Amino acid sequence: MADTITVNNLHKSYGKVEVLKGVNFSVKKGTILALLGPNGAGKTTTVRILSTLLSYDKGSVQVGGNDVKKDADKVRSMIGLTGQAAAVDELLTGRENLIMMGRLYRLTHNSAKERAQELLEDFDLVDAADRPAKTYSGGMRRRLDLAVSLIAAPPLIFLDEPTTGLDPRSRLAMWRIIEQLVKDGTTILLTTQYLEEADQLADNIIVIDNGKVIAEGSANQLKSKIGSDRLELTFNTIKVLNNATSVIKAKGLEVDEKELKLSLPIKDTNKDVRGILDKLAKDKIKIDSMGIHKPTLDDVFLSVTGKGKED
Amino acid sequence: MKTKLEFVEASKASLAFRDSLIMIKRSSRHILRNIDQLLGTFFQPIMFLVLFVAVFGGAIELGLPEGVSYLSFLMAGIIVQTVAFGSTTTAIAICNDLQKGIVDRFRSLPMNNLAVLNGHVISDVFRNGFSTAVMIIVGIIIGFRPQANFVEWLVIAGILLLFTLAFSWLMAIMGIIAKSVEAVQWLTFIIIFPLTFASSAFVPTEGMPWALKVFAENQPITQVIEAVRALFLGFPVENYLWTSVAWCVGAIVLSIPIAAYVYRKKNVN
Ligand SMILES: Nc1ncnc2c1ncn2[C@@H]1O[C@H](COP(=O)(O)OP(=O)(O)OP(=O)(O)O)[C@@H](O)[C@H]1O
Ligand SMILES: [Mg+2]
Repeated sequence: MADTITVNNLHKSYGKVEVLKGVNFSVKKGTILALLGPNGAGKTTTVRILSTLLSYDKGSVQVGGNDVKKDADKVRSMIGLTGQAAAVDELLTGRENLIMMGRLYRLTHNSAKERAQELLEDFDLVDAADRPAKTYSGGMRRRLDLAVSLIAAPPLIFLDEPTTGLDPRSRLAMWRIIEQLVKDGTTILLTTQYLEEADQLADNIIVIDNGKVIAEGSANQLKSKIGSDRLELTFNTIKVLNNATSVIKAKGLEVDEKELKLSLPIKDTNKDVRGILDKLAKDKIKIDSMGIHKPTLDDVFLSVTGKGKED
Repeated sequence: MKTKLEFVEASKASLAFRDSLIMIKRSSRHILRNIDQLLGTFFQPIMFLVLFVAVFGGAIELGLPEGVSYLSFLMAGIIVQTVAFGSTTTAIAICNDLQKGIVDRFRSLPMNNLAVLNGHVISDVFRNGFSTAVMIIVGIIIGFRPQANFVEWLVIAGILLLFTLAFSWLMAIMGIIAKSVEAVQWLTFIIIFPLTFASSAFVPTEGMPWALKVFAENQPITQVIEAVRALFLGFPVENYLWTSVAWCVGAIVLSIPIAAYVYRKKNVN
């Protein structure tokens, strides 16, 4: 399938500060790419360049086969943007916002009206449709913001941290909406700080930090870089923990005395776990709790950026 | 998606015109929904008119030509001053848009760039027209007796329209380059306040110190005031008509491309 977005060697400075230092990636038609990175990594900067809002210094950016600098208008007619800050008109009602933006996308008045009604229904905003947007809650505003970028059903959508500030229920609802969009053939580029979100939604993930792509691949590929599943066992007392440690003696064994927990890598879940449980049973060592930890994107993030997402 | 989407097919120019109409509708809605500002638009000119006449009237009438009341002298000045101050709302509205991020959304749409500015400027013309009408009606109620015939009224409306457009476009530039709404407020204030007071708006220029008098008599706002005043009172318009039209048209022709340029360049680096 063709690439909808191609970014080559993208450089961008604000004054003297270089924010993007040679970013490369591409997005295939009909897929979701998640741009993952800590605060200040350059996610918003990248999205603003791709959506024609910001100029760049070096490199090339193609969106839908058009150069974002030379053919900005062509790019604009095929994208929808939901920025990091909600960009709705506070004094207009939800419906008026939708119709106005639809018409600016060159929809006929009737099409804009019909489509607005449809989106208000889809996004659970019918009751608030005729109230000024300034009376909306944060979550409603976010939904309206997304609805506005879908008004002309553009084939390509940029979402800059679409679920930041949403409660868990609204976040799930937003995920369902995004999944439905992709099912309908839309291509999506989203940025997020939530690894779980990238894991859930994205076909491909790019981790950027300090203006560079530091890791790339599907969620599974990234995870497999970090290593295999681990078996975690917790015990009641330090004595039992020590006994267990001496019985197991496997490679890669990690012991956490404070949490009374040990963990070790496993390759074949059935065989390895049974083997270990058999050993413990033979010495009558009692396990308090047991679990299998699959590597998460948090682990990926920590290992490639060398820091947690908070700092 | 159930709705079948139909797109408008038209020439670039007519699409741009359509975009401007959409944005004028938007900005007009803003004006109508901002009740506080709307009340100000209604009462502030009335208050100024009544206060000025009551406070300065007696003292200044002594220096006016025979048979000219201060009210009839003031009318043109206070209208022009109100319009000039009123145009700062264009600057504030544009600055607000830029701060709130909605301009980012507009920029990401395939719409005409200038339409956002057009919307604010044109809707401001409506609002200023309303203020002006209120002032003239209140003036007539308290004793203003304009001498203008129908054609002269049309000329007055034309000059004031040009003046409003000129000032709103100049203020649009201020709204774009200012970094905050507070900055817009003082920036526009330090331009408009001296320009309107160092003019023939409230007192005849004869009594001013020499340097101020030369400035006041030749600056653009005085030309507009004198033209409107002459038409109101049935005096000869002399050159004021042409100088005021020239100033206004010049300002419009210059400020539109500048506004468009600074708007396009804002925040793209
Ligand atoms: N207009 C600007 N002028 C100067 N520096 C800027 C500007 N905009 C962003 N920056 C800087 O560029 C860097 C990248 O910012 P950007 O907004 O792209 O990060 P981000 O990945 O979106 O972060 P976040 O997760 O906090 O949204 C930051 O260090 C930021 O301070
Ligand atoms: Mg950001």
